Amino acid sequence: MIRIKCPYCGERDHSEFTYGSDASIEYPNLESNAKDWTEAIFFRKNIYGKQIETWHHTNGCRLWLIIERCTITHKIFSIKPAHPEIHKLLKNQNNI
Amino acid sequence: MTRFNAWNVIKNGLNDQTGWDRQWRDPEPKKEYEIVIVGGGIHGLATSYYLAKNFNIKNIAVLEKGWIGGGNAGRNTTIIRSNYMMPGSHQFYEHSLKLWENLSHDLNYNVMFSQRAHVSLFHSPPARDVAARRYNIMKLHGTDAELWDINKLKKNIPYLNYHNARFPILGAAVQNRAGNARHDAVVWGYARAADQLGVDILQNCEVTNILRTNSNIDGLETTRGIIKAKKIGFAVAGNTSRLWEMTGLGNLPIESHKLQAFVTESIKPLIDQVIVYGVGGAHFYISQSDKGSLVFGGDLDWYKSYAQRGNLPIVQDCAEAAMAILPCLGRIRIVRHWAGVCDMSMDGTFFICNTPIKNLFLNAGWNYGGFKAGPASGWYFADLIANEQPNQIIKNHNLERFEKGINLDERGAGPDPKLHG
Repeated sequence: MIRIKCPYCGERDHSEFTYGSDASIEYPNLESNAKDWTEAIFFRKNIYGKQIETWHHTNGCRLWLIIERCTITHKIFSIKPAHPEIHKLLKNQNNI
Repeated sequence: MTRFNAWNVIKNGLNDQTGWDRQWRDPEPKKEYEIVIVGGGIHGLATSYYLAKNFNIKNIAVLEKGWIGGGNAGRNTTIIRSNYMMPGSHQFYEHSLKLWENLSHDLNYNVMFSQRAHVSLFHSPPARDVAARRYNIMKLHGTDAELWDINKLKKNIPYLNYHNARFPILGAAVQNRAGNARHDAVVWGYARAADQLGVDILQNCEVTNILRTNSNIDGLETTRGIIKAKKIGFAVAGNTSRLWEMTGLGNLPIESHKLQAFVTESIKPLIDQVIVYGVGGAHFYISQSDKGSLVFGGDLDWYKSYAQRGNLPIVQDCAEAAMAILPCLGRIRIVRHWAGVCDMSMDGTFFICNTPIKNLFLNAGWNYGGFKAGPASGWYFADLIANEQPNQIIKNHNLERFEKGINLDERGAGPDPKLHG
């Protein structure tokens, strides 16, 4: 079991969360060609080691989180809300 | 190499089993090979075997970073079926099933292939429609398929939960020629047969770097020295992206996820078929090994991982699914569970294709289905490497299909690898 410290709810089992995807993907602008869009949607680095990814606290506060985690050991290095405004808000309240 | 036949069994029975050779040699790597296959699993070994057998190529090596049978070949639930419907895929898996049917004779090695039927339960009228559609497509392509109503199901498998299941069982879609096999025996059999045809099987030989010019790969740096090759094939399942990164070719439409499997204590014969249960969020498949253990599995662990160990919520999910349809298993104990790293592709379908490097060929993206695909994968990958162009059947099973919009999404789940279970 991975334990994830949700910035709003506190530390919970990962079974409360849903894994999203690779959070390092940058989508091209709408006018970009098919090749760029194919690359963004279908192609992945598939990192062996530390990666940045999204998780959703589905059975909790329903915040989307950005988590830095090792894909070999599952160790978590950092957690923050995906939305920058919420991140700012919670940071001011909790000093995280 | 001593062949397995009645005469040798009797002869060695009389001389304390001293007349058997080792199953395959343990050669030192040569400096250069005609073809090098990276990955000594079912796919890599089958490829080397069919290259030697079908194309008469002698100078081949298979590089395995661990030992034969230590990767996903030893980490699966050994289910073999050909109930696919996407163009290319169903011909491919049917070809694989046909190879399975004669594999023990072909390899002179008992792979314990058992065509015990694959019984996929359905629980609602719409699910029956979906099953009927899939099985009609199979029949139209000459594969065997049956729909069992509840009476036939009760007669054949009387111990399912027909009384108070949360999702009442209405019937099943069945492929009678499907079944399972002994997982170790398949890799051992291929390794032994390939070795006999002159293939060098190099264990404990991990690729650490790739020596590349602009259009070609010259050779591979390995833990057992530099090995050069005219053609190179990758068949490394969950580790494909790691190897691909060394080529400097960018990203792949693959994510590595782990899939667990479980084995219980041995019991007397109970389950004669492969039984599959899938409804809503539940996903569960079970069969009984010849030793009497129940072998079962469920979903992926739901997050990207290279760890070859599973997490506990999936243990609970599988146990719940087991109890939902097989309440008679309530007191059985699990003795082992493990996880394998699956190369989940973006549309749930595999790649056997050329790459931007002329002498590099890719075999990857097997999702849940690598075990059953093994023989055909080796067959068509050998064909690709020898002829340098893919067979018509798998002409769209390449890396360009996403840009062209020819996704082969069997499940219709979209570009999210973890959903293609």
